[in-house]
Amino acid sequence: MIAALIYVVSVAVFLQFFVYYCRSILAASRKVELSTRVREVTGIVNEDVAAEDFGRLLQLVRLCPERGDDQTEIRAVGAYYTLLNILRRVSSPVIPGVAAWAQQERRSCSHFAAVALDRRISYSRDLFTQQVADRL
Amino acid sequence: MTLGPADYLIWSIGFLAEVYVVVCSVYRKSFLRYLPLNFYMACDALVTFGLYYSLHTYGYNSPAYSYIYYYSDSLLMVLMFWVIIKFYLQVFDEMGVSGYIRGAAVLLLVFTALFSYGVVHEHRSNLTGRFVVQLGQNLYFIGVILTYLLWGAILKLRETRARLTQLVLALGIYFSATAGAYALRNLFPGLQASVLRWVPPIVGVWLPIAWAYTFTKVSERARLVPAQLAVRAR
Repeated sequence: MIAALIYVVSVAVFLQFFVYYCRSILAASRKVELSTRVREVTGIVNEDVAAEDFGRLLQLVRLCPERGDDQTEIRAVGAYYTLLNILRRVSSPVIPGVAAWAQQERRSCSHFAAVALDRRISYSRDLFTQQVADRL
Repeated sequence: MTLGPADYLIWSIGFLAEVYVVVCSVYRKSFLRYLPLNFYMACDALVTFGLYYSLHTYGYNSPAYSYIYYYSDSLLMVLMFWVIIKFYLQVFDEMGVSGYIRGAAVLLLVFTALFSYGVVHEHRSNLTGRFVVQLGQNLYFIGVILTYLLWGAILKLRETRARLTQLVLALGIYFSATAGAYALRNLFPGLQASVLRWVPPIVGVWLPIAWAYTFTKVSERARLVPAQLAVRAR
């Protein structure tokens, strides 16, 4: 009985902490404006990045050379996005408010992926410039 | 049961991340500010190395390995309480209640020691298996409660230090996942051989990786409003 209670409480607390943690990562990228370069590459024209673009943006991120310091946050946000997808599908017929919130969060995840892509493109350019300079 | 490449990989990642946290903390001149955390990470790295050594000396199924594993886990848990208390002291820094927090911490440690002694004394003929799992489950659950209360205090006091916030959140994930895994193992011992075998090592790796990430990416001066992280219906 005690084990069951501990299990239920732990799962509830875990989900809460996980959501807070992912939102704390997203909060940092929310303030960052997307560059024209990344908008050209991805074809994003609107101010907000579409929630459905997350997978495509992540694929582009993986095509760029790794910076080595953003893997943890990308994985955490990827897991958060999957969780939000499930939540949105489950809640949309029953609680539309929750589904709308999940959709908003998914948009934040996509924006985060676009910012990560932007940083990786800058990193690739720096690498290229350095290589050219080394050859000269 | 023998260990496969995945076990060794998780082990190596954990060890490297633990060492990295200490080195990064020294490099960024945060070692003393987060002394309990760094001490815990250093001890955790030593324990990881010790476990690897004892595994090769005594074997995975030996009682010696089990004793080293569970006793070191309990000792690390006591050190972890010290880490949490340091976080409490940082959050309540400006309120001048450090004396009360230290008093409460000593009481908590004495109570935990007495409780553990009582339980060990009661089960001295059966100090393995189910008992160890139950004790681990209770200790980790105390960690869950303490971290949750700390998070409540962070929200209530509008703490804005992003690094502190992320360190506490990562700790909350670690405690709740481990306590949940222990409780599930208590409920369904059969699951240990399959799914639950992987949960504690993966969660054990999560904490040093998340803390390493925080020390690398989040500066001491970075600010965040934790109240904005709360989930609200729109």
